[in-house]
Amino acid sequence: MDDPNNSVTTKDLVKRFGDFIAVDGINLAVRRGEVFGFLGPNGAGKSTTIRMLCGLLRPTAGSAQVAGHDVASEPELVRQNIGYMSQKFSLYNDLTVIENLRLFAGLYSVPFSVLQQRIEWALAMAGLEGKQNLLTGTLPGGWKQRLALGCAVLHKPPILFLDEPTSGVDPLARRQFWDLIHTMAAEGVTAFVTTHYMEEAEYCNRLALIFRGRLVALGTPSELKRNAMKGELLLVECRSLSDAIKLLKTAPGVQDASVFGNAIHLVVRDAKQSTPQLLQFLLKRGIAVERMEKVSPSLEDVFVSVTSSTETVGEQRV
Amino acid sequence: MDREAEFAIYVKGLKKTFPGVCAVDALSFDVRSGEIFGLVGPDGAGKTTTMRMLAGILTPDGGAAWIAGTDVAHAPERAKHFLSYMPQRFGLYEDLTVAENLRFYADLFGVKRAERIARAEELLHAAGISDFRKRLAGKLSGGMKQKLGLACALIHRPKVLLLDEPTTGVDPVSRRDFWRILYELLAEGVAILTSTAYLDEAERCHRVALLHQGRLLFCDTPEHLKEQMHGAVLSVIAHEPRAVREALEHADGISSLVMSGDGLHLVVDSASLRVPQFNEQLRAAGVCFESIQQVRPTIEDLFVQAVQREGVSRG
Repeated sequence: MDDPNNSVTTKDLVKRFGDFIAVDGINLAVRRGEVFGFLGPNGAGKSTTIRMLCGLLRPTAGSAQVAGHDVASEPELVRQNIGYMSQKFSLYNDLTVIENLRLFAGLYSVPFSVLQQRIEWALAMAGLEGKQNLLTGTLPGGWKQRLALGCAVLHKPPILFLDEPTSGVDPLARRQFWDLIHTMAAEGVTAFVTTHYMEEAEYCNRLALIFRGRLVALGTPSELKRNAMKGELLLVECRSLSDAIKLLKTAPGVQDASVFGNAIHLVVRDAKQSTPQLLQFLLKRGIAVERMEKVSPSLEDVFVSVTSSTETVGEQRV
Repeated sequence: MDREAEFAIYVKGLKKTFPGVCAVDALSFDVRSGEIFGLVGPDGAGKTTTMRMLAGILTPDGGAAWIAGTDVAHAPERAKHFLSYMPQRFGLYEDLTVAENLRFYADLFGVKRAERIARAEELLHAAGISDFRKRLAGKLSGGMKQKLGLACALIHRPKVLLLDEPTTGVDPVSRRDFWRILYELLAEGVAILTSTAYLDEAERCHRVALLHQGRLLFCDTPEHLKEQMHGAVLSVIAHEPRAVREALEHADGISSLVMSGDGLHLVVDSASLRVPQFNEQLRAAGVCFESIQQVRPTIEDLFVQAVQREGVSRG
């Protein structure tokens, strides 16, 4: 195949449904052993792309290789080489831990000769030794989720698709889970992650942001925070937030103003230049600012900035 | 003056036990009019149970809750008059249009005909869905459904709004839009109690109660919460986070070390002491890194520290 170091490659990938272009020429190269995040708002074309990558949907144009196999001509081989895990619906709550593992081993056609060994390996990896006979429904969230991961990797797939794998679980369990993913990645497993939660996105080595079927940003989390925002972020603390925000929306150089808890977040082109101007602007209108400083954007800020600046101006919401 | 009457929501020693688990354990907090208060914690922290007791649909085993000065357990019908509860699955009728859903809820809450038209218009506008009034609710996107649910919950001008994980499953753009609407509602003097499993969302609330396994860990503004963090948080940015971890894993002064996608997130005893020391250590080990600096703690940092200190976490 093209580059043996890549485990997922797409070239001008397109999917049309009638007149609607769900995926509009996406090019990706995910490296072997990479934890790759695939983000985008609902309806951006994320699920359509994933379904094509899993060999469940045929591309209209362009191509995609997963684990060295073409998704259009070899969907069966693609499916044998991937594991899929979602926090929401993968496990049977009324089966025990071992029964779930056996079921998934069957679904993934794990050969009988290695079955016992694989199940033991999955139990060890998930830290669930000795818990084989517990009913899945009674397990704490963090255990359930490691069991779901264990089920998804029984056939030792080189590529794992993870769909919001740690949504809602407690932060300690989440950290343990991502440690496990990074350990597997170090052994060469590629993780392809989709999520709406920026807390999960932070665990990815690189992130791709798609919007309206197109790739609109690509980079490491810190690269995106540094470069992808259209402007810089200022935090403003003052009294009467609602008056201040109305005024600030009309202030020169302010691209966006929104309430953020007990403060206001402003998007400006140049924070250093705008700070004295805006302090003056508010003071003149009778608002004393307690604090105004540049803050580093969160991934969510980047996400919102990139997707709204891609929208045509006429459609932009106020 | 009675404290129960002074606050829009007043909760004292609230308790609920289910067989084998104490879902809510002696919880106390208060919410003022015009305030957004967050119940924040992972699944199983007791958020939904608390909401349901406040909404008068679950009886507490101990303690009490007052809504606009009314004891919910004693006078649930009266309390319900002041509040609106939006559970995780809000009952929208998918085969009714947006406008019909609003009308239905106006009937349900007994909103007078003279008032309801203006109110419905106001809410449709605030939620940004006035162009969709003839669309079937079932044909709305997830984010729009959420906004319609909110509009329905507000049709009778409640004093207290209870929102159970309103942004779960909603994408960041819609989530931000939803918060914008919540902030605008405050001008009407509503008290909003919202819950979330996403600790970063806590930053958007005026005050938050951080919950874990039914117990209150902290209750304060996000800013003050972070001041309660022991030690400092450092961020290392590096292309090979694994190599950085190996080099620093056994270094002195680290109480928590988490690998992220392009670096390491560390909690240390002292930033001024450890930054130069780690710089030196990484250079000596020949490990490439881009930067190492102190960053502001997140609510997650505080949560993890509190849970670890108490040793209450399992699994």
